[in-house]
Amino acid sequence: MALLSKKDSRLILDPLADNNPITIQVLGICSALAITAQLKASIVMALSVMVVLAVGNVVISLLRNVIPGKIRIIAQLIIVAALVIIVDQVLKAFAYELSKQLSVFIGLIITNCIIMGRFEAFALANKPWRSFLDGIGNAAGYGLILIIVGFFRELLGSGTLLGFKVLGDPIAKTGVYAFGYENNGFMLLSPMALIIIGIIIWAQRSRNKALIEE
Amino acid sequence: MGLKQNLHKLKEKYKGTKMEPAFNALHTFLYTPNDTTHSGAHVRSADDLKRTMNTVIMALVPCLIFGIFNTGYQHYAAIDNTLRLDPLGNFFTWDNFILGAWTVLPLVIVSYVVGLGVEFIFAIIKKHEVEEGYLVTGMLVPLIVPIDIPLWMLTVAVIFGVVIGKEVFGGTGMNILNPALTIRAFLFFAYPTWMSGDKVWVQGAQAMAGQPDAISGETILGTLAANGHPVYSVWDMFWGFIPGSVGETSTFLILIGGLFLIFTKIGSWRIMLSSVIGAIVMGLIFNGIVDQGWIQEGSKFYGLMSEVWWHQLIIGGLAFGIVYMATDPVTASQTNKGKWIYGFFIGFMAIMIRVFNPAYPEGVMLAILLMNVFAPTIDHYVVRGNIRKRMKRLKVKTA
Repeated sequence: MALLSKKDSRLILDPLADNNPITIQVLGICSALAITAQLKASIVMALSVMVVLAVGNVVISLLRNVIPGKIRIIAQLIIVAALVIIVDQVLKAFAYELSKQLSVFIGLIITNCIIMGRFEAFALANKPWRSFLDGIGNAAGYGLILIIVGFFRELLGSGTLLGFKVLGDPIAKTGVYAFGYENNGFMLLSPMALIIIGIIIWAQRSRNKALIEE
Repeated sequence: MGLKQNLHKLKEKYKGTKMEPAFNALHTFLYTPNDTTHSGAHVRSADDLKRTMNTVIMALVPCLIFGIFNTGYQHYAAIDNTLRLDPLGNFFTWDNFILGAWTVLPLVIVSYVVGLGVEFIFAIIKKHEVEEGYLVTGMLVPLIVPIDIPLWMLTVAVIFGVVIGKEVFGGTGMNILNPALTIRAFLFFAYPTWMSGDKVWVQGAQAMAGQPDAISGETILGTLAANGHPVYSVWDMFWGFIPGSVGETSTFLILIGGLFLIFTKIGSWRIMLSSVIGAIVMGLIFNGIVDQGWIQEGSKFYGLMSEVWWHQLIIGGLAFGIVYMATDPVTASQTNKGKWIYGFFIGFMAIMIRVFNPAYPEGVMLAILLMNVFAPTIDHYVVRGNIRKRMKRLKVKTA
């Protein structure tokens, strides 16, 4: 990558795999279980978190020498809250149906551990450009898992992808439904999201033994 | 040359290769291994895990045979209601057996082939011996599903149950949840239309739905949950001439199986007894509520709540769950005091879920899974309590 130095590109690539916020650090599980029943919601959630995390990281990084250490959590919360409200309002204005579907979970981005975690661990100690890359990278790692989970849950649970009936029509019995296939209702329940994340963690650690803790 | 020599030669041939665990498993399943201890002081028992498993399977066989006949009986009785006037006379017939065997045996075969297949694959990948855990699970699974469950659903559920319920925790003996119930719970949540209602308990009902000669049969619990009145007599319920999952209808045979397990010391009588006590207590509480007039006849809980307490024991899968699945030594509590607590809450919860949640007409599955999760915690506190008691005694002595 000529665009980024080697050190900078690691900021983006590491969270995608070996330091993934969900599968390795096990952060942000709540939203990963709650909104991944459909792929579209997963993608919107991933993008929202990316905006909040990238912009938030830059703002925190710019203010890092101004914020007093003792009240930094409050300061961070205000910044996240402001950003989340902006994202929420934008969604309400331009994608009302989706924002209704995501309901409180956009608002709950405030409590997403990944965001406060990156503010604390990275943005408070690094320059804006690197903080920005770190935010993009971590949000992408988070979004990647969300999209994988959302893909399988929507495909196996509803037989659709982004709303398109890729497996055929379950009522008219076309496509695979003609052979007696049925949608798996369990996929639409949150426990199945936990199991899918568990399987991803399992696959990842059996591929890369260095990730297994003692 | 006999089978044993042939097997041994085959085993030697594959020694050290990837397939070794597979051949070892087959060998020790059929014969005692050659390398038993011959000398020295060892604690020995005639039982090993495979013999334990085989004993449970022996206790299950009557339920399986009864289930085969019952499948045919329910089908023909749903078509011609007069058969129910003389259940015993119309039960053990060839027609019933052939229809039953035709639908039940595929379930058994799919359950074993898929389940053991997964176990063999894991044994070969992880290079350990094939574990016997699936022998009992494989027999339980066909007995606790509705008769018309499509085979591909059973396949998916068995793979899920064995991999997620057992192998991820490290295989047989390490699992938290009972694998057979994990499989059933998966089916229940994934394909609810195939696991409840009035179209799944009688062979052929789903296929014939909408036709002029359509048949249906609701379980007693289903009828009660809808505030209806079941048409079956108490003796029908006890002997098992009622619709239900394949092998769990006959309380009589389950009782025999339970006594057999207690006699051979495979199943814990503490768990069985305390579960029954728990179910009776909850049943009596509900009967009391009805007697006090705290609940009106129109209430949606009335049908199940007003059922006489001892009827609760012989309808649904409660008896089967208590005898064959609550007593699973891996997932149950290990301490004696813990077994009493564990069993009591299984019975208690099973009846409670039954009454309060009409969406889950049979509570025993969820009750056992729930208590499986709590079993280690119960044991932990029982052991801690014991240590504290002994410490006190020690202090008194030394003081």
